[in-house]
Amino acid sequence: MALKTEPFVLNLGPVHPSTHGVFRMRATLDGEVVVDIEPIFGYLHRGVEKLAEQRTYTGIIPLTDRLDYISAMNNNFAYCLAVEKLAGIKVPERAEYIRVIMAELQRIAAFLIAVGAFLNDCGAYFTPFLYMFREREKIVDLFEMVSGQRLTYNYMRVGGVSQDLPEEFLPALRKFVDEMPRFIDEYDRLLMQNEILLARAKGVGILTKEQAINASASGPVLRASGVKWDIRKADPYSIYDRFEFDIPTGTVGDCYDRYRVRVEEMRQSLRIIKQAMAQIPSGPVRAEVPHLIRPPVGEAYARIESPKGELGFYLVSDNSIAPYRCHIRPPSLINLTALREMVRGWKVADLIIIFGSIDITVGEIDR
Amino acid sequence: MTVALSGKEIANQIVEKFPDSIVASSEKEIVVKSGSLLDVAAFLKDTPGLDFNYLNYITAVDYYDHFEVVYMLSSLEHNHSLVLKTRCYDRENPVLPSLVRLWQGADFQEREIYDLMGIRFEGHPNMKRIFLWEGFQGHPLRKDFM
Repeated sequence: MALKTEPFVLNLGPVHPSTHGVFRMRATLDGEVVVDIEPIFGYLHRGVEKLAEQRTYTGIIPLTDRLDYISAMNNNFAYCLAVEKLAGIKVPERAEYIRVIMAELQRIAAFLIAVGAFLNDCGAYFTPFLYMFREREKIVDLFEMVSGQRLTYNYMRVGGVSQDLPEEFLPALRKFVDEMPRFIDEYDRLLMQNEILLARAKGVGILTKEQAINASASGPVLRASGVKWDIRKADPYSIYDRFEFDIPTGTVGDCYDRYRVRVEEMRQSLRIIKQAMAQIPSGPVRAEVPHLIRPPVGEAYARIESPKGELGFYLVSDNSIAPYRCHIRPPSLINLTALREMVRGWKVADLIIIFGSIDITVGEIDR
Repeated sequence: MTVALSGKEIANQIVEKFPDSIVASSEKEIVVKSGSLLDVAAFLKDTPGLDFNYLNYITAVDYYDHFEVVYMLSSLEHNHSLVLKTRCYDRENPVLPSLVRLWQGADFQEREIYDLMGIRFEGHPNMKRIFLWEGFQGHPLRKDFM
């Protein structure tokens, strides 16, 4: 006689270190094997899109800082691009270079957290994470120099950036760019061939190319599945068409590929920063923009390659001082679409690392 | 550079196959009737040469007398994009066909629009609120929500 069994429902989060914020999922288990999961959102919902409808175009910039709060510069960047597209504002050359330097530094900082947190989920509890934070700290110091802030920078403005680089910035950046490759190599030696990491991550949580495209995945998640798609190359914004860099891709789309792609991305970002430092001209850092911007009636969508993927802002203007509608395309939320297919059939411990390898920020999911 | 395909030219292709499905078309976008949305979307996805295999985003805008739902489609192969729109005039019970069966990426985004704008997507496998709790009154992104 067969033993009668029934599925077991396990609640993960919203307050749990493995859920990277206040994300919650309800997993249905058969023994230790995941049968199904249901992600539950909304614990950090602040209604940013509605708040934006009551603020001036400049007043929205601090709100964007608080979306994906570990890559605030990228959010500023995407939003400012959207307003500039809508209002037809041209950004001075020097500001373009400063923006690219900031965006790429921010990408490195975000990938350091992503990789560190992923290794945390794998069970390398907080040792690699603190190494990553040691490097991230240097980037945060650089950001503090230019903006006075360490997390929500509010640095970029419509038409440029809020202030020019201080004198000590470029030498400090040069030092960082020279030292950083050595640290990345060091981590690589420690971790790339680490047997535990390989056993835990190789072949786990495979997302095929077709699945990734169909589920609108973007960023490292899409590239790890073997799709050579980077908005900086495919649809260059700002001045990205002037830099040389490669698009790292994975082959199978497992957790290990997602981890590898992020490590490689850091090297490419450093390459871009080096080129930008060599080319940066002097001049103004902000275009002449009225205090209250009134873009003509119309709509615009601008997108950038943020550390999580395609971050876009869709703005509708009715010629008033506030947007009629401000929609944010959240890469973190959309990348989670395929999570259900990725975790089915894996064990609970794998569920944690598959979820960790997607790399989300709840501030951006819930908005 | 991603090429934004001309809405007019693609509208001509669509009309050949589905007459009376287009409301308006311009260089930037195509507006289709909500009843033909699913047919047109499937056509755009499966026609060789167009191959819109990637759904960038979905969003909705409340214009008081109607809702406008915006879809941005891309082809990663040909690197071109298109903005597809549809309108919903029923304020009490707005319904649109769900595109989850074509692009899985629509899943959470359609739920978000239902939650915040109140447009129901027929054929969606899990049509319920995504951010706000069950039992919340109203849809906050509507312009008449206070």
